[in-house]
Amino acid sequence: MRLAPSQEQLAFAAVLHAMLAGADLPKVAAAWADGDPGPGRALWSALAGAGVTGLLVPEHRGGAGAGPDDLVIACEELGHHAVPGPVAESLAAVPSLLSAAPPGATEWLPTPAQGRVIASLVAPPWLPFAVDGDSADLILVVDGADIRQGRAGRVRPSLYPARRLSEVDRGPVIVTGQDPGPALELGTLACSAQLLGAARALLEMSVEHARKRAQFGRAIGSFQAVQHRLADVSVAIEFARPLLYAAAAATGRSTVTTATGPGTPATATGPGAVTIAVEAGAVGSARVDVSAAKVACGAAARQAARAALQVHGAVGYTREHGLWRWLGLVRVLDLGWGTPSWHRARILSELADGAAGDHTDQPGGRRTAGSGQTAAWSRRDGVDPVGSRHARTGKEGL
Amino acid sequence: MNLDLDAAAVAFRDEVRGWLAANVPAGPLPGVDTADGDRAHRAWERRLHRAGLAAVTWPAEHGGRAAPPLHALLFDEEYHAAGAPVRIGQNGLFLLAPTLLAHGTAQQCARILPPMARGEQVWAQAWSEPDAGSDLAALRSRARRVPGGWSLSGQKTWSSRAVVADRAFGLFRSAPRERRHRGLTYLMFDLRAPGVTVRPIRQLDGAAGFAEIFLDDVFVPDADVIGEPGDGWRVAMSTAGHERGLALRGPGRFTAAAGRLVHLWAGQHPGAASPPPNRLDAGGERVADVWIKAHAYRMAAYASLERPVPPSATKLFWSELDVELHETALDVLGPFAEADPEWVAGYLFALAGPIYAGANEIQRDILAQRVLGLPREPR
Repeated sequence: MRLAPSQEQLAFAAVLHAMLAGADLPKVAAAWADGDPGPGRALWSALAGAGVTGLLVPEHRGGAGAGPDDLVIACEELGHHAVPGPVAESLAAVPSLLSAAPPGATEWLPTPAQGRVIASLVAPPWLPFAVDGDSADLILVVDGADIRQGRAGRVRPSLYPARRLSEVDRGPVIVTGQDPGPALELGTLACSAQLLGAARALLEMSVEHARKRAQFGRAIGSFQAVQHRLADVSVAIEFARPLLYAAAAATGRSTVTTATGPGTPATATGPGAVTIAVEAGAVGSARVDVSAAKVACGAAARQAARAALQVHGAVGYTREHGLWRWLGLVRVLDLGWGTPSWHRARILSELADGAAGDHTDQPGGRRTAGSGQTAAWSRRDGVDPVGSRHARTGKEGL
Repeated sequence: MNLDLDAAAVAFRDEVRGWLAANVPAGPLPGVDTADGDRAHRAWERRLHRAGLAAVTWPAEHGGRAAPPLHALLFDEEYHAAGAPVRIGQNGLFLLAPTLLAHGTAQQCARILPPMARGEQVWAQAWSEPDAGSDLAALRSRARRVPGGWSLSGQKTWSSRAVVADRAFGLFRSAPRERRHRGLTYLMFDLRAPGVTVRPIRQLDGAAGFAEIFLDDVFVPDADVIGEPGDGWRVAMSTAGHERGLALRGPGRFTAAAGRLVHLWAGQHPGAASPPPNRLDAGGERVADVWIKAHAYRMAAYASLERPVPPSATKLFWSELDVELHETALDVLGPFAEADPEWVAGYLFALAGPIYAGANEIQRDILAQRVLGLPREPR
């Protein structure tokens, strides 16, 4: 049982923080927002050089072969600095999809050596557009059981100025018959980490501003109304973080075998370990933990964003001030990779499944893993949840 | 990061689960504020002690088994999941005992902890006063120096368990010229001693859960001072950390209640387990949210074994969660809620959470000023 980053992971986060703090992110983000991806691409190359984009790529394919816990450490720091670009896609979902693919498909892996580091993804209904598809080196499309290459088409502006949405034309099939679920879990985990990092940045900026800004002859941070609002934000962050770490740990246990790819001997922590660990009283399925982390990190980030804008006042509403880089990021990430409502529904579905499957189940800590089929990332079900439920149960709806 | 328990933890968890399954009373015990309930709850504490489960992290010589903190968390989860009786000794076990282990003498620990673990001595907390609630440092009850000890006078209130408890612990002003946090002494006293009057107060739920304590020249020997005379505030604040933090409110209460809530909701929504996520109605969204928060509290408890969480943040989170959880359960039950004794009891108990152990407004002040580093409000 360990739900804290290791010394190595803390050092990795510190290195990333120092690197990003010196990367003139305000200028990078402004250029990205204005349609000039040059400075952003340079930053992404630097991230690739630091091993960030290859974290989930297996070692035998030139990556770091790291796990979800390293992923969340990196993604939290990227969210903390509001790095523009398709972070969860490039760092998590696309490497996972391609790493699990047959050897022939691996030529598509984003690799710094080939200058390919920015990857985007379309996975309806959760990800209807390719984020920054016009700047991406590779776009994948989850199309049922097929993984296709996508071609960026018409670009739409986003609520978040440092983000451009590409409509995508479906290209050739790269992989077929592969469950995209594990890759989407990892993308959701990465997105949750970004949200937590953004929440932390928003709180830090708010505290800083509230200490310096004076009105009525005193720092506005000395007013209880401001203090209490920021205290509530810190509580939300404090209690979202353990869910993120728990989800990383649970995901690592259930996806490590697929992440190492075919031909690699299964490790002792393969999917079978999930059942054992549940029995050991640790946690339930990784899906529940990922959904809980996504909802909690998103809620903390949105609460932090509202508080930050209110504490900053009018200056926070300007593009001269940097707050906009986090305000929009938080709002769009909260809706991507499964909306909060979708994740809440998945949690109840999994829990109800566990309860239905084991009548000796005691409330509170005796939760059993779901059937394994429940609430997977299935396109058909996602598109038509009510219809699929009718098909399955043969009963009237709610 | 990993979520796997080691073999010792699994063995301990299995032992606790097995023992509770065999020993937890089938029905609820009478209320702790009644004579029957007092006897029954003390007898239950004796059985826990005989099984070595009264206070697992304490040293063996005091009635524990020197288990690591993780085991206390596992015990808490199993205890609540099994629906075991409320701990009549909780103020002593979870608030006084950690204070004694940190600040008390070896003699005090040896004298006080074993009978506490056996359920023979039940303790009450005597902190608040009529004019010292959130502003605890305004307290006025006095400890006057007398030969061999101290003489206590004054009034304490909102004292949990004082109706049934044998002894109490609290803060007294021992240096009348010193102000506020200075000149306070942390003392233990006998609730049956001459000069002590306990007046029960009926709570919102109808039970006499707390009481007023009137003290009129009550003698306390020097041996019952914890820490140095005049250093009481510092000693008390270590107890406050336990009260606000995980020691008193482990995650088990919340995860167990959240589990029951999900069962309740699922029972009303047949087919809820069908894949994959159906759209939830507003009630379902709230049920999921409180389950997530209870799960978050549980994971935060595990995480806190390595990285402490500020006690004020913990207190804010569990107390707001408890209210939200029970409010949601009542809404899910609808017009049947008021007739459901279990959820009603939980709801009424939850309503006290944001008030006791330092009102939540005070916790937000502490968090903002001492953790976030915002400037103090001018007073």
